[in-house]
Amino acid sequence: MTKYRVNKTKHVDQTKTVSFDFDGKSYHGFEGDTLASALLSNGVHLVGRSFKYHRPRGIMSCGSEEPNAICQINEDTDLTEPNVRATEIELYEGLKASSQNCWPSVNFDIGGINNFISPFIPAGFYYKTFMWPKSFWKKIYEPLIRWSAGLGKSPTKPDPELYDHKHVHCDVLIIGGGISGIIASKIAAKNNFKTILIEDKNILGGSTIFQKNENYKINDKYSGEWIYEEIAELKKLDNLTIKTRTSLAAYHSYNYLLAKENISDHLPLDKRNGGIRQRLWKIRADKVIVATGAIERPLVFNNNDRPGIMLSNSVKKYLDFYGVSCGFNNVIFTNNDSAYETAVSLKEKGISVVIIDIRKKSNSKIVKNAEQLGVKIYWNSTVVNTFGLRKINSIEIMNLSEDGSNVVGDKNRINCDCLALSGGWTPMVHMHTQSGGKLDFREIDQTFIPNEINKNHINVGSCNGDFELEKIINNTNKKVKNFLKVSETEFDNTSVLNSKELDKRNIWLLPNYISEGKCKSFIDFQNDSTAKDIKLALREGFKSIEHVKRYTTTGMATDQGKLSNMHALGIVADTAGVKMGTLGTTTFRPPFTPLTFGSIVGRSVGNFFDITRKTSIHEWHIQNDAKFENVGQWKRPWYYPINEEGLHDAVQRESKAARDSAGILDASTLGKIDIQGTDASEFLNRVYTNAWSKLGIGKCRYGLMLNEDGMVYDDGVTTRLGENHYLMTTTTGGAANVLSKLEDYLQTEWPELDVYLTSVTDHYSTASICGPNSKKILTKIFPNKDFSDDAFPHMSYQNAKIDEINCRIMRISFTGELSYEINIESKFGKSLWEKCIEAGKEFKITPYGTETMHLLRAEKGFIIVGQDTDGTMTPIDLQMDWIVSKKKYDFIGKRSLYRSDTIREDRKQLVGLLTDDPNEILEEGAQIVSDIRKKPVEMIGHVTSSYFSPNLNKSIALAVVKSGKKLKGQKLIVPMENKNINVTVSESVFLDKENKRINA
Amino acid sequence: MFLINCPYCGERDQSEFSCGGEAHIVRPKQPTELSDDEWAEYLFMRKNIKGVQFERWNHAHGCRKWFNMVRDTSNDKIHAVYKMGEKPPVE
Ligand SMILES: [Zn+2]
Repeated sequence: MTKYRVNKTKHVDQTKTVSFDFDGKSYHGFEGDTLASALLSNGVHLVGRSFKYHRPRGIMSCGSEEPNAICQINEDTDLTEPNVRATEIELYEGLKASSQNCWPSVNFDIGGINNFISPFIPAGFYYKTFMWPKSFWKKIYEPLIRWSAGLGKSPTKPDPELYDHKHVHCDVLIIGGGISGIIASKIAAKNNFKTILIEDKNILGGSTIFQKNENYKINDKYSGEWIYEEIAELKKLDNLTIKTRTSLAAYHSYNYLLAKENISDHLPLDKRNGGIRQRLWKIRADKVIVATGAIERPLVFNNNDRPGIMLSNSVKKYLDFYGVSCGFNNVIFTNNDSAYETAVSLKEKGISVVIIDIRKKSNSKIVKNAEQLGVKIYWNSTVVNTFGLRKINSIEIMNLSEDGSNVVGDKNRINCDCLALSGGWTPMVHMHTQSGGKLDFREIDQTFIPNEINKNHINVGSCNGDFELEKIINNTNKKVKNFLKVSETEFDNTSVLNSKELDKRNIWLLPNYISEGKCKSFIDFQNDSTAKDIKLALREGFKSIEHVKRYTTTGMATDQGKLSNMHALGIVADTAGVKMGTLGTTTFRPPFTPLTFGSIVGRSVGNFFDITRKTSIHEWHIQNDAKFENVGQWKRPWYYPINEEGLHDAVQRESKAARDSAGILDASTLGKIDIQGTDASEFLNRVYTNAWSKLGIGKCRYGLMLNEDGMVYDDGVTTRLGENHYLMTTTTGGAANVLSKLEDYLQTEWPELDVYLTSVTDHYSTASICGPNSKKILTKIFPNKDFSDDAFPHMSYQNAKIDEINCRIMRISFTGELSYEINIESKFGKSLWEKCIEAGKEFKITPYGTETMHLLRAEKGFIIVGQDTDGTMTPIDLQMDWIVSKKKYDFIGKRSLYRSDTIREDRKQLVGLLTDDPNEILEEGAQIVSDIRKKPVEMIGHVTSSYFSPNLNKSIALAVVKSGKKLKGQKLIVPMENKNINVTVSESVFLDKENKRINA
Repeated sequence: MFLINCPYCGERDQSEFSCGGEAHIVRPKQPTELSDDEWAEYLFMRKNIKGVQFERWNHAHGCRKWFNMVRDTSNDKIHAVYKMGEKPPVE
């Protein structure tokens, strides 16, 4: 046992030694320690360097508010994690931790030189200094700042651990397992509410659990013993789920909360067994009781940041909970009663302690008790300086003037190895404000406390501003009973002995004999901002607390200003001469403590990142070596390489085969919407630009759909299956959006129409066979069917059967070739496909993918919505005037087609482009210009589709160009990185302008 | 994350819904008779109120029904939900 481990407690098992490494050195702690308590038990206070000045910093607290003890753990493993607070991580065998933000070592730090030039690094220094010259930023300033700042290292490999999400509902959620949370949980669970209690520590009981003091008794027991028994009873209740090691991350509206449960972070690496590391709980609670407690405030004075300067209540917890004394020669510096609890605890263990109290006196029992124990108290005094390089070794104190604005008298030097600060308490109102709650300012102890208006949540205990034991118990009892409307009597007559009072002398920035400019009075320890910085910001004209915060970076470190925000506000108020309550606070944003990316993402990684949709023919594509392309969530065959073929060669071969003999495409992914109802024809009239009333049963028609702004939205072929029955196809990517847009119009604008829409995309598989031999192949598959042009003309459909299975054959074409699409129930898709391949064998039927499909349609000048259009193209811009009905009174987008902007003649319009060198293939997305010499060069358009056509044996491209319709035959330039490509504007149809092949 | 009371399904998590913007903007019955300005008013102009706002919502991952909602954008309080075609509640 080390000499600092002075006390045996039931929370740390001193029979179970745990060894760990810190900064390369081996130490021992015990089971139940945190990394911080284990380090302190070894006398290690210095754990890091500050962000800006690289000043030595030590462990300050024992919880999530810790600004200094920030570590990198398990470096050089896949499990390494930066920014871990030593005060929160539970010690385990083999833990390796190192200080962050110091190089080459915590004891000798080169960046510490900033400390000596600190007069030159005031607030806004980085903004002001590193601005000029601009060219310095990327190569000199940024690397320098980043190198000297460095907040830990990210892991370089994928996270090997598992994370999980869990959705839960409950009647009552209680946040915080301290004394008020326990009382609330007991009342709720006993009265049949389905209750969840979450607590971020590994045990319940908050700061009461280690309270063993004559001054604090409940029902004549030490409060620590009383709560111990309460917890034992609580665990027996049926309706209660207790989740320890679970911290609340966010409190959203309508009582939706996120909490992160640490499942294996406290286990040695070799005991984690690949289980789940963290689970994110997504909780919807009917009622929420916030019992998150309060954080002790430091005091702001010159050199208040040396290792060994800590929060008073943390010193007490290290002593009474972990059994570790932070020093043997302690000084407590306070402005209120609660520091005296620490003094009594120390004194009772025979450890030396004196108190510097800025108050003139106090009559509370706990103060009397400390005096009786022989604790020396310096009343009406303040610390004006501290000394000690790597750890505090002495302080200087002076008396305060009557009004506390100045110091008087002589300096008095006191030796010490630990200085415990107690500046009063800040209720943790983060959860309350995150939920939308407002705050009130309480003058007496300068705190913001919840103003409750939301009827579905309350705050109890010290987060509600109740700091004295009897108030905590009585108010919690009363409030929870009211809130849950129960008449529980268990806590009604609890007898409480309390010995401290809410008596405080608040001075935000303590006065000094040293001039203000020379004092280093830290407010934000992690970001190194001082009282001087705040005052400078005010002098430079920053008024809003949000601006002061950003300019000085106060409260913007990983601790989000848990220790600093109130002092910053207080000093702004004092300096500006306004009341603190009028300033408001800065915004408290989630997460309360940092979340891992793993817990946010949960199981949605790798294959689970998104849904993968596959057609029923997918297996065949794999067996035939298809390369796949993602189209939305669909996997579509992109091309089918033979042997060592690359994309280009495969597509050239597939495209040629489709036009010379026969090709087959899996078109199952196209969106399919079944439309039925007596008003179906009228509905189509309203949603498509062309007319639908006269389409005969058994006929197909291509339709173009616009947005109300006149821009092309989707396209596809729709077939009339019966009098009141249509089958609409949409683009693959647009299917879901088209359906919801149509539903929107039906439900909200035209509820009088008798129309029903059903998505049937997944119900049918589609094999599309094209090419001059396609008719022969279809005849083989359907020997009883007459495929003559008269019996089965282009743009018509017929029912048919294969082996008694019904299917639909549409004679439609997206390639310009003679072409048929066979739709069959999805479960028969693969056998249909195999039949087509078998029947097509003698014609060398060639499966082709999306790339060949794109090439073939580009040869014919057919657009692809989303590739040749981008939401700014009207049908007129696309030179598709033919599809816009002049006769129809209205359709979606019609009125927009003659707005002043849409009738402009210099809009970008779809044209063809031919390169002067027929072998030169343009890049899709390349810009187009007409005059390269005139600066700035005007971009008049861009290439939307570009291919080498094997059927035309030259390069072809589609493009949108300003006034393109008028530019036919003109020369333009496509400037690329190393060359300018000369092109000529052409028709957008390159092949078979007469549409002869469709009936070939 | 709101809890939205779908008029057809009951209370569901906000993640099941999508918002369709301002409610009670009726598509003109005779668009061809509108001037560019009048059509633009319908097409583009939307209020963005801090306070009580009437909105269209769709239970996209549920019954797929559209309905209207009265929401205070300053505190996300939902004052009412009602079916399409029903009259908005008077405050
Ligand atoms: Zn619904």
